[in-house]
Formats: sequence, structure tokens, C-alpha cells
Amino acid sequence: MPRISVTVNGTRHEADVEPRLLLVYFLREVLGLTGTNVGCDTSTCGACTVLLDGKSVKSCTMLAVQADGREVTTIEGLARDGELHPLQRAFHEHHALQCGYCTPGMILAADSLIREHPEGLTPEAVRMGLEGNLCRCTGYQNIVKAVLAAAEEMRAAAPRA
Amino acid sequence: MAQVMERYVGAEVRRKEDPEFLTGQARYVDDMTLPGMVWLGVVRSPFAHARIRSVDVSRALAMPGVLAAFSGQDLAGEWAGPLPMAWPVTEDIKNPPMWPVAKDKVRYQGEPVAVVVAQSRSLAKDAVEAVSVDYEQLPAVTDVEAALREGAPLVHEEFGTNASYTWTLTNGDVDKVFAEAPVVVKGRYYLPRLIPNAIEPRGALAQANPATGDITLWSSTQIPHITKVTMAGFVLGIPEHKLRVIAPRVGGGFGSKIRVSNEEALCCALSRKLGRPVKWVEERSENYLATHHGRDVLQEIELAADEEGRIRGYRVRLLANMGAYLLLVTPGVPLLGAFLYCGPYGGEAYHFECTGVFTNTTPTDAYRGAGRPEATYAIERAVDALARRVGKDPAEVRRLNFLPPFTEPTKSPGGLEFDAGDYGAALDKALELVGYEQLRKEQQERRQRGDPKQLGIGLSTYIEMCGLAPSRILGSLRYGAGGWDAASVRVLPTGKVEVAIGTTPHGQGHETTFAQIVADDLGVPVEDVDIIFGDTDLVPRGMDTYGSRSLSVGGVAVHRACQKVVEKARRIAAHELEVAEEDLEYEGGRFFVRGAPDRARTVAQLALSAWTAHNLPEGMEPGLDALAIYDPGNFVFPYGAHVCVAEVDTETGDTRVVQYVAVDDVGRIINPLIVDGQVAGGVVQGIAEALYEEAVYDENGQLLTANMTSYGIPAAPEVPAITIGRLSIPSSTNELGVKGVGETGTIAAPAAVINAVVDALSHLGVTDVERPATPERVWRAIQEAKTKGGGGR
Repeated sequence: MPRISVTVNGTRHEADVEPRLLLVYFLREVLGLTGTNVGCDTSTCGACTVLLDGKSVKSCTMLAVQADGREVTTIEGLARDGELHPLQRAFHEHHALQCGYCTPGMILAADSLIREHPEGLTPEAVRMGLEGNLCRCTGYQNIVKAVLAAAEEMRAAAPRA
Repeated sequence: MAQVMERYVGAEVRRKEDPEFLTGQARYVDDMTLPGMVWLGVVRSPFAHARIRSVDVSRALAMPGVLAAFSGQDLAGEWAGPLPMAWPVTEDIKNPPMWPVAKDKVRYQGEPVAVVVAQSRSLAKDAVEAVSVDYEQLPAVTDVEAALREGAPLVHEEFGTNASYTWTLTNGDVDKVFAEAPVVVKGRYYLPRLIPNAIEPRGALAQANPATGDITLWSSTQIPHITKVTMAGFVLGIPEHKLRVIAPRVGGGFGSKIRVSNEEALCCALSRKLGRPVKWVEERSENYLATHHGRDVLQEIELAADEEGRIRGYRVRLLANMGAYLLLVTPGVPLLGAFLYCGPYGGEAYHFECTGVFTNTTPTDAYRGAGRPEATYAIERAVDALARRVGKDPAEVRRLNFLPPFTEPTKSPGGLEFDAGDYGAALDKALELVGYEQLRKEQQERRQRGDPKQLGIGLSTYIEMCGLAPSRILGSLRYGAGGWDAASVRVLPTGKVEVAIGTTPHGQGHETTFAQIVADDLGVPVEDVDIIFGDTDLVPRGMDTYGSRSLSVGGVAVHRACQKVVEKARRIAAHELEVAEEDLEYEGGRFFVRGAPDRARTVAQLALSAWTAHNLPEGMEPGLDALAIYDPGNFVFPYGAHVCVAEVDTETGDTRVVQYVAVDDVGRIINPLIVDGQVAGGVVQGIAEALYEEAVYDENGQLLTANMTSYGIPAAPEVPAITIGRLSIPSSTNELGVKGVGETGTIAAPAAVINAVVDALSHLGVTDVERPATPERVWRAIQEAKTKGGGGR
């Protein structure tokens, strides 16, 4: 079995993995990070979205061996020093989650989206940007609100270039 | 951080349950691992209808890491009986046994034919592939009308027919009213088959204790209590008290987890057989075949009216596709709509008839709204047809027919007594919010200039019944259980409060809403209230969550338990303060002597007194806690007016919802944030049903929309923002005045959307568009109207 080394949420992990092991099951079953969820088997729903070197990817769509030598951030690693990420706070404030199953993937996809658009986001751009993430509970209404609010906050807090 | 509020009820309290979901700490079934745990894999039939000639598991058994493999025959001795069906709607209903694994014949694609147990998820998957099954394929039938035709393949030969039952309801002299009516309009509407698609697929983990015979089942279920009572004795053949069912975090349900499932039974039985914890987690493609579907109903409705458009009578006939077997409440789903084909309107005669039909398809059962979206769709489409027929605006015809405003129970033509409502007020408010007059003007302008993009305005003034349900009514409808619910409120010696509830959340926010009720009733901060749910050991009494019942039944039980706690606390306070109980006032969790407000005791102080028991009134039991079980006297009847504004491209058939207004009266509102969240989510699910979603079988019973890539669940760009308005007339059914909100959006929206599409094209002669209204279907409807020569309203 190939040996891989992946930095997850700032901690380096080494493991021997089956070549067919998907990244999401490496995170969930090898590392025990069960915050990343699986909702489909066709790369459609986005529940498994994580950050790979800072960009959102569907972790059911890549093999664990493809993450060798790279950095992964999961929902468990988003809060810093006990302080929730602006998106986590905004999802709470705007009631952007109900059953919570799509939430980790939605938040990480939104985090990547916001950072890809330093110029700011419109409601339409948020909807387009999150089209790879399905939610069956909220109708997306409050997710859009929360992402816009977090984007504002993150923009205001970002160091000026 | 304590939220300090005068009153919590009615406030936008942020959800108490959020932090664990936001940080990845929520535990769903698939997040659980037990020592020695092994994995169940299910071998499923690729054919919709076939005889099983033989099952060979030997190749699977020879694989490393595979512990066991069984055919349906091998497991036949494990079952005390087939999987439960709880709603035999007629005395002569045909109810075939559904075994966890088929023994000799399969009747839908995806029916289990064998199982494997292996050391890991991937080994179980490999082993499933290694099982060989020899089938003799049989002709299949998937469509309800085809299934009733002479010579159709029989799903269950022993019945000699594919009809399971026919259920009827009649009020008034229907034939006379129709014979005398100058205007009769008819509609025939097919509601497509839908796949619920909770984002968390189903999953189960069972652990049997061979020494005691106890089994613990963790399941992604909406119904832990019903599962316990039906699975234990009827299926597993163990005493009820030996089965503990736990619903941990559940990632959405929408009815699809109201199921006492093959796979839950298998996990329990195989854990018992092998002495190891057994886990099964559904893959999404498996979910499309194995989890029940919804709707798939062909309905015909007729309205008898006068020339003004005043409705006198209703006549409705349904063919409801049951699929291959009757699951827990499959036959009863149409009955949940049966009384509501009159909507919020008056009239004197009503006839409803429904035939449940077996086909070689995945069984259907409750899906968000269950029966009520069907009824709403039929009546709201038919009322629009009536408006066209009598040449009136659809809003005007609705106003003409609404039952007048009322606050006490009022009889409706379907026979139910509605609780409280002002239907005209909801419509007025919705039309104002949407800007109806202006939209009608714009519509005229676009028509006059022949704009390729036409505007349609669709109304849906729905009513629904929920808060399931008064037990005596359930009994009269032959349902197998009651409709009560329970709550236990315990004030701990430190003044914190634990509340055990018999309903169980999967996204609805019970922990916040119920804590708000308790916090106000007992005068404690909402943070000091903990809600316990979803575990039949911790919460022994309950009837679970479906049919928008949690608040209007379970919430009332919580409130009543709090009232009992307050009454006991009052006796202790009177004793300690040496006054008569009548001399005590109670406010904000504090008892004080009338006229001497400094002489007081808080509930927290009294809880400590009740716990130390040093000085209680003579004969009083220690402890400050109470149980309440509430059986509602009536349903609750949320209603409202939804308006959809759609832009239809007449050249391509593409439809876009450009505006959507929802005005709902869900009674008294405990948490507006949660209510609006339910409305928005429900409406979007309803819009999706009207425009995108449809499960399609081919003539052999192969599911063509077999996974998420081919079934149209909308993502964010496909759906609009929803404008939400409210009315709040307290229900007369319960003392909280609450109704229900979980299903309203899904019930109302499909009719509003399709009425908008038809309205956009009515000047071209279009009177109907099939669902879902895909661009192709809309385009075809336009072409058909053109070849017929068109015609206005």
C-alpha cells in the first residue's frame, strides 16, 4: 500500500492507504474527522467539500494518494484559537442551516468562493458560485444571506494590498 | 453568553443546536464506529419483476474479510413476520408480506435478494458484486392505469388484481348537485413520482448483546419510537423492551425516513446472529432504488359551480401508485389529502375516491406534504380553470368561494372542522406584496407587443391539515396507532431544566423552539434548558416527527408539562411562605405574595426545596418534574396564499420564476427565524417539484433517473429568493395557538408555479402543462395549442 503524508488542519499525518481509498474516507475513517459528510456517489451534492491547498474540492472525487504532500482543511479546522470563522458565525446568525448535513461542505465552498472574489459578491454570484453544493432544507435563501454577510466581514478584515 | 429577553416566545432566538453542526461535531449514523463492527452490503435485484431461480453466495464467502453471506431463504427463520404496514385503510385491503430480503420473487428494481457481511465498507461492496443470482425475468408494469388494465402483469399473482384497495368519502347529494350545476369544470392531473433526496442517505448500526438479548439500533430515522414498537415484536420476534432505538443527528427526512426498513431489520438480525455490531450506510445510487419514493398519483377533479363561479360540489378520483409493496403508511397517504380537495372554499357536496395500485416500482410512502400537495394541486388548478371558464380573475373567483373568517371550529365541505382562519386576508396580503395590479398590467403589455417572454401570475390559496393527529380520528381511519405525544420536564436542583420530548428533529430546530416555550413557562434563560430526544431509553414515550406535528402536538405536551411543574412549585411556595396558594402570583418564574412582592420564591429555589425534601407539604413526593401526554382534539389547519410570477420564453419553453411571495398563517409563531426557514425551504422544494423533479421508469421498470446527476434537485442558481409574509391567527385546537409549518411551502408551491406557467400562455390557448414543466413540455404545450387554433380565456 502506498504511504502518503498529508497535512490536515495544520497537523501532518502519515499513513499507508489502499490506492482506491477516496480522500473523504481517508479523512473520515483513517483520521476520524467525521465532520466532512458524504451525500452522493456522483460528485453532485458537495457535502464532502474540503479545502485543498486553500481551494475547495469535493473530497469524494479525489483519491487520498492524490493529496500526498498537500494541505487539507476540513470543517474541524476552520475555527482558529477557539474563535469561529466568519462563515460559521454568519450561518448561525442567519439560520443558514437546518439538518446540518450539507453545512460543512457549503461553508468550505463558500470560504473558497469568497477568497476567489476579493472584489465582492452579489447574491447572483453567490448562487452561481455554490451551484456544486446541494441543500435540501433551506431553499438556499439564508445561505445566500449568510455568505454575503461573511464576505463583507472577511473583506473588511482582510489586510489591504 | 446569556440571551436576556422579556419573553422568548415570538423572538428570533438563534438555534441552540447550531454550534455542533458548524464545527463538524454533529454525529450522524455514519460517524459512529463500534469495536468489532462489521459492514452489511445488500445485493439488489437489477430487474423490476423476476423469479429468483437461485442465489449463489459461495464466491463472496470465499473472499478474504467476508464473514457471512445469505440469501432470502437462508434468513427466512430470522423473522417473526414481515415488515410492518400500519395503515390498512379498508377492511378488504390487499397487503402482501414484504420480507427484509426477497425469498422467491422480486417485484421492483432494487429489492434485496441477498446480503453480505464484511470487515470494511469496501470489502462489503466487493462481496456484493461476487454474489450470483439467477433470475427468470417477468414482464413488468409501472404505470397506474396500465396496471389496472385487463391482462396487465400481476405484481402479486395471489390477488388476481393490481388494485390494493378503494377508499371513498361522500358528503351531501353529489349527483344532484352536479346534475343541476350550470357549470362543470374538469381537470386531470398527473403528479410525477418524486425521490425525496434527504442529503444524508439512510444508515443503520445495530449492536446485539448475546448475553441479555438486548439490541441497540442507531438509525437515521424520523421514527425511533414507532420503529421500536413495530420492529421488536413483529419483525425480530423479541420483546419490545429488548430493543432500544436511537436516532442521532439525522440529515433531513422529508418523509423518507418514516420507515421501518429492510436494512434496519437486517442489521439487527445479523448482529444477533453474528455477535458483532453491524453497520449499513446507503449509497446515493442505492438510495434512489431502496428508499421509498413519493407522489405518483393520477387525479381527476370536477367542480360543479354556478355561472358566477360559486362552487357547489366537488368530485375527485385518484389512482395512487403504491409501488410493489405497502410500507409503513403507504396506503394512508392519499387519505391525508382526501378531505382537502375543497381547499379553503365552501360548497355542499363532496365525493372522493382513491384506488391504491401495485406496480413493479420502488414502494411509495410519505414525502413532504403527503396527500396535501396532491389535493392542493388539484383544487388550485381546477379553480383557475373555473376562473377561465366564467371569465373572471383567479383572485376574484377565490374570494367568491372562501369560507368567511372564523376563530372557532368551522365545517368544510370535505367534512373536517377547520380551526381558525381568514383566507381572504391572506390573499389580499399576498397580492399586495407581489404588486398584483401592476403585474397584470405588465402582462397585458407583453401580450400586446407579442413579447417572446411572457409573464404569468399563479395563485395558490392552499389549506392543509397537520398536527397528526387526534387518536380517535386516526382510529376511525383505521390507522394502527395513536397521535398523541409526550414530554417530561425536570427542574434540576440547580435550577437547570431537562426536557425529554417524544418528537425527534432532523433539521426543524426542536431544541431551540421547545426551549423557548420552557424558558418562558418556567422563567429561566433559554440556555438553561436542555432538550433530550431521539432515544427510546432516555425518552420512553413518543410518536416521533412527521406531518408537521412536533410543535402542535409535542410542543403542547411540553407546555402542559411545564404547567404541571408550575402547579407543584406553587404548592411548595405556598407551604414555604405560609400563605394560601390562591394568594400567590406567578410571573417570570417567580411566585410572590399578592400585595407583598418581596415575599417570593423562584422556580429554581423551589426545585432545590423539592430535591432536598426537608420541608415539603405533607404527603408530597420529592422532586420537581412532570410528565404530560397530549392527544389533540382536532388537527391544525395552516393555510395561506402563495403567488408565483414566472417568465416563460415562448420560443424555447424555458420557465424562470422571477418572483415568489408566500403568505402563510401558521398560527402563533414561537421562532420567526425558524418558521421563515421552513417556509423558504418548503417553497423551493415545491418549485422544484413543479419545474424539475421527476423519477422516470422505462417500460421494463428500470429507473432511468438513477442518481443525482439525472434527477433535477435544484442548486441555488435555479431557484429564486422567496418573499415571506405572515398572518398569525391562533389555532382553536390547542392552547398555544400553534399550527404547523414544516410542509406548507411544498404543499402550496407546485400549484402556484404551474398556474403561473399556464397563465403566461393562456392567451395562446394553453390550459395545462404537464409536470415537471420542463422547457420541452412547455414548448410542446404551446405548439399543441397553436395547432388547435388557440383561443383566449
